[in-house]
Amino acid sequence: MAIDSEVLVVGGGLAGITAAVSAAREGADVRLVSHKASTLRQASGLIDALGYVPPTEPAEQLREGPPTAGRQLDRDEWPDPEGPLADPFGAVDRLPDDHPYRVVGADALREGLALFDDLVGDAYRGAHTDTNALVPTFGGTVKPTARYPVSSAAGLASDDRPMFVVGFRSLTEYDARAVAGRLEAAGVPFLVAGAEVEFAEAFRSDAKVTRTAKALDHDEPIDGTPAREALAAAVEPHLADARAELGGEVGRVGFPAFVGDDRAAEVRAELSDRLGADVFEIPMGPPSLPGLRLEDRLYDALDAAGVRFETGNPVVGVETAADGRMETVAVDRNGREVPYGADAFVLAAGGLVGKGIDSDRGGVREPSFGLHVPHPDDRYDWFVDDAFGDQPYARFGVRPDGRGRPLDAEGEVEYDNVFAAGGVVGGADVAREKSASGVSLATGLVAGRNAATEVHG
Amino acid sequence: MDDHVDVVVVGGGSTGCGVVRDLARRGIDAVLVEKGNLTHGTTGRMHGLLHSGGRYAVADQKSARECMEENRVLRDIAAHCVEETGGLFVKRPEDSEEYFQEKLEGCHECDIPAEVIDGEEARRREPYLARDVEKAIAVPDAAIDPFRLCVANAADAREHGARIETHAPVTDVLVEDGEVVGVEIEHETGPGKRVHHEPGTTEEIRARYVINATGAWAGNVGGMAGVDVEVRPSKGVMTVMNIRQVDTVVNRCQPKGNADIVVPHETACILGTTDKEVDDPEDYPEEEWEVDLMIETLSELVPALKDARTLRSFWGVRPLYEPPGTGTEDPTDITRDYFLLDHADRDELPGMTTIVGGKLTTYRMMAESITDHVCEKLDHDAACDTADAPLPGSEDPAALDTYMEEFGLRSPVARRSRQRLGSKGEDVLDGVDPNPVVCECEGVTRAEVGAAIEDAGSDLNAVRLRTRASMGNCQGGFCTHRIAAELAQEYPEPVVRNAEDELYQERWKGQRHALWGEQLSQAMLNYQLHATTMNRDGDPAGLDEEVAFDAFDAGPAAGGDGASGAGESPGPAAADGGEPDGGVHGDR
Repeated sequence: MAIDSEVLVVGGGLAGITAAVSAAREGADVRLVSHKASTLRQASGLIDALGYVPPTEPAEQLREGPPTAGRQLDRDEWPDPEGPLADPFGAVDRLPDDHPYRVVGADALREGLALFDDLVGDAYRGAHTDTNALVPTFGGTVKPTARYPVSSAAGLASDDRPMFVVGFRSLTEYDARAVAGRLEAAGVPFLVAGAEVEFAEAFRSDAKVTRTAKALDHDEPIDGTPAREALAAAVEPHLADARAELGGEVGRVGFPAFVGDDRAAEVRAELSDRLGADVFEIPMGPPSLPGLRLEDRLYDALDAAGVRFETGNPVVGVETAADGRMETVAVDRNGREVPYGADAFVLAAGGLVGKGIDSDRGGVREPSFGLHVPHPDDRYDWFVDDAFGDQPYARFGVRPDGRGRPLDAEGEVEYDNVFAAGGVVGGADVAREKSASGVSLATGLVAGRNAATEVHG
Repeated sequence: MDDHVDVVVVGGGSTGCGVVRDLARRGIDAVLVEKGNLTHGTTGRMHGLLHSGGRYAVADQKSARECMEENRVLRDIAAHCVEETGGLFVKRPEDSEEYFQEKLEGCHECDIPAEVIDGEEARRREPYLARDVEKAIAVPDAAIDPFRLCVANAADAREHGARIETHAPVTDVLVEDGEVVGVEIEHETGPGKRVHHEPGTTEEIRARYVINATGAWAGNVGGMAGVDVEVRPSKGVMTVMNIRQVDTVVNRCQPKGNADIVVPHETACILGTTDKEVDDPEDYPEEEWEVDLMIETLSELVPALKDARTLRSFWGVRPLYEPPGTGTEDPTDITRDYFLLDHADRDELPGMTTIVGGKLTTYRMMAESITDHVCEKLDHDAACDTADAPLPGSEDPAALDTYMEEFGLRSPVARRSRQRLGSKGEDVLDGVDPNPVVCECEGVTRAEVGAAIEDAGSDLNAVRLRTRASMGNCQGGFCTHRIAAELAQEYPEPVVRNAEDELYQERWKGQRHALWGEQLSQAMLNYQLHATTMNRDGDPAGLDEEVAFDAFDAGPAAGGDGASGAGESPGPAAADGGEPDGGVHGDR
């Protein structure tokens, strides 16, 4: 007995949610299935659209043949990228022809961002302008992004107020002194200092960062002092040093993005008050609290849009298809394959990280629907020698037409009613471009809308 | 600078480190120079097998006996570098019964403890062995950490007055009046430990005697002195798995062949290897077929390897040598014995001896023999004690457990630290509080990283080799930046950044050979963390063009639409983006 809906979305990340909401807003009855917890929790929580046009031609010809065992690093040479870009839209035309932005169009990006703004409401900033913001990263530089969580707003690099960066001695992700030094090296237009603060040591030195966040949420006493007060007291002497070092007021203080979870705004407000400076969060790697907060927001929005969703069940293959249309897919529910039927399907199961694209020594494939993934036959052509060069593997994925339908090896649409969105779509190097969220939003919007047009009354 | 010492040892592999330790302990004033990190050449690029000698018990019984003898010595003096895994020579149905019997007899003849077990018993010990393995010979093979071993030798040498210079390539061998009188070296970042951006210097070290212990590179150093040393470097691949499919060294019982050994090592298994002669030890192809061969062939012994995750592959070159005129075609057949080439006898060039051939297991014995030789040359009378004196870190194995409690290290981090540090634990851990884990995969804490930095400067590859940080599943994706952050207490920008980039790119090199399945997913995740989240690739600090910060959004409160006044007009399409979200900002 098939479980039916009008549109079935496979994948619960940013692209899947965008597609589901887009289809639902067109009036379709939408169901979303996802295998694992979404990769949003691994993402920084920033919504990048397009920050760079990276070079696709090396500065010098790449080596031919296998890697060689030079003892010195034999990485290849690449020119500088174009960017950071203030205007994400104007550069779309300079991306490669098969880039998803070129395929679905820059307007899809614009509309996708607008949909995002609508879904997250006041949790995010950046919608007031088409211009990118530069946000400090925990790697000690700035990166261009289109939307940023409100918790990061006071950290913008185009704001010239002096900045103080706090690091926790018991957290090893960054050293605040190095971050400050690197920001200076990046040429930021403000004074910056950093210090490592004794605070989270009250917890086990290897406790999860979420432990710190919870303690601040609940204002748990640490050695008798409420956590927020204790944190402010720990930072205050270093902040005073920073004022002396920078020669005046310090308008903002950056923390690793662990200051509060459910009550983050309240925690920030109290810390700002106690420190006499705006407090902001520096987005971190996994587990990313801004990513988790975004995930919560988006699932609420999904619910509000009337989309039914279930997690924990992978799509393991196509069950039936006829006349170039997919009819049902097989969903693995506790070891039992259950058919899910729909008029249209959106595949948004992610890229290499989420196993929406998989590979072995012999080749690269899309495991859920068996869609075509173009890639070089020889796996030694999947990479280049500079870790940050134009990595072919970074562009692996299915290639859609302008409506979001994946194409086969001959360039023909594989199924009339199957659409792809997000990381499973190839052709973009979203990491170097700083375009991951934008690609998910643009392709998700197009896939969702077009899927809805396939619904038979 | 003009320095005068008794002996210069060129080459910081196991042989050179062993020699400088022996010299120093015998009261000879010695300096070791190495062009990279310790173990940079061949020693750091092997599978970490401490031979029982079983491998040579048929074809090369002299080597086999020496291996067993030294195997016993190293378990004793280098306990913190050795894991007593035991080894098996396993026989598959198609492998020769006659050879199996020869192997067994050979082991007995060479005093190698050897016991035949049937297939069932072999699988009881190693459940992942193939079902059709018929029987096996159990021998006392073990796993050894070559880097820890070399560092311990160098540390002991230093304690006894020797000087150790790494990142100091020899640029010339000084020859005066037909005699070698020293070397000229280049300190890449000045003498002492390596710190990025410190200016390089050159130094002439004059010495009464020079030992060329550069292995596969011996010909280069020989050439600087005007003598021919014809080493026949032979490459071999090692493929690193992400888990230990076996806890025992598994050898295939056959006369010779590629891909016939699996060595458990720390958290991983290492598959080896190939044996192919190359022209240049610095420049040879690292080929796909070699990696595929490891997986395909060794999965005949351990089928689980077939679809298992590999982390990376690396290659090393053996410093094979045979006396001129031997003419062996296949490098597999060249002897693994070592040779002292006294250039006074051989080339009428006194003052220098080259040591070639040999293997890690017998490094101490080789060092003893060359130190005897040097003592004779220098007319210095002192006995060797390196077979009895424990190396630093192995002096007091009983004291280990207590430290870890004391320093609050929890299992399994404690267990790992204890293994790595041996009796150095207390010195390393004392006074580091808090002591968070920096590398999660390998359980390496701040204290260990800090101690390694103190020893190695800003060279994070040297820190990696000392601690294993960044050598686990994520291959540095989740810890390169964290290890680099530990530099920040002592070193400013851009030292930290360059050190970080260097380690990240080094980790990438080996992963290129493992880019499929899980490890390709991991590579993508690493890439996203470093490029997307940190923006290390697009960092304005590394770009030629200056960034116009005022062209970017300075926040809604910064007046109007922020940056649009700076000339980066958002264009006419702005209305599209602005329109639908008009309601979004109402609650700002």
